Amino acid sequence: MNNTWKVINEAGLQFFGKMNASISHEIKNVLAIVNESAGLLEDLTGMAEQGMPVDSAKLRSIAGKIQKQVRRADLIVKNMNTLAHSIDEQEKKIDTGELLAFMAALSKRLASMQGITFEPVMSENPPEIITNPFLLETMLWRCMDFFMCTAGAEKTIEVSVAANDQGIDIHFTGLQEPGVKQDPSFPGEMEHALASALCGKIELNEGAKKITLSLPLTIHEAEQVR
Amino acid sequence: MRVLLIDDEKELVSTLAERLSFRGIEADWVCSGKEALNKIEEQVYDVAVVDIKMPQIGGIQLKRMIADKYPDMKFIFMTGHGSEEDFLAGSEEAGEEFYLVKPVAIEELVKKMKQALDE
Repeated sequence: MNNTWKVINEAGLQFFGKMNASISHEIKNVLAIVNESAGLLEDLTGMAEQGMPVDSAKLRSIAGKIQKQVRRADLIVKNMNTLAHSIDEQEKKIDTGELLAFMAALSKRLASMQGITFEPVMSENPPEIITNPFLLETMLWRCMDFFMCTAGAEKTIEVSVAANDQGIDIHFTGLQEPGVKQDPSFPGEMEHALASALCGKIELNEGAKKITLSLPLTIHEAEQVR
Repeated sequence: MRVLLIDDEKELVSTLAERLSFRGIEADWVCSGKEALNKIEEQVYDVAVVDIKMPQIGGIQLKRMIADKYPDMKFIFMTGHGSEEDFLAGSEEAGEEFYLVKPVAIEELVKKMKQALDE
């Protein structure tokens, strides 16, 4: 394995580990709420057994809380499953609109911890590309992580995709001022290695306010040209 | 005993507060470190039960911000890590504190509150 692929594998593992840790924390929160709701039902049952009246509307409300958390956990697990299966294929047709929405959902909790919101800007017909799904997700995560580390609190970063002559451009925009903490090392070795493996390129411009990731429509055709 | 519960999961802290009230413990709740800073200006609390990971101001940071001003207030931290050992092993910030791993057993929480106050 050459050094570039070692760097790419390291980036992929970091991304996978970070997402798994975040997902497990979120599931823990769901379990904590379900646990307290079940405990509350137990408390109320104990009171009822001692002859105290229990309001049926209260019981219905607790059941509703539990159902809400089940729906939340279902979404979390669906995203986890999508992420896990993104390593199944080296090349796959990807709807870029769906991908941006998925990445925003996947990173929502971690972004929220930093006071950042990623807002996918959806076009009516988002372009489709054929690429390596996991490498692209890892690349997008590196860009998102950059903004989380540098943007400062209460910022909304728009993520949009547009077709160009040879493929697509994914833009991260929204900072009015350069990040509060500059990171001169971005894009670094990992980002350039990932962009190269995707037959694309990454640029940080406008004074660290915008990232553009350019990708070909079809990765294997771009590889043949290269 | 008067307790302030701080976690960005509203349904967790509101339910926990209700259950503590059944056990004779007065508990208020807020959903952010910022709200907690305002709340403790209005009311004296014996114990703060606080989530370590919250947006903007996490539990340990919150303690650092208020411990000098309220030296008698005790802190119990809640963590979403796999176990308390996992958290302690992976955290440079963990000190000699009380920790509970989510989901929390309420009787364990009450026990830790009493231990914290007895310290």
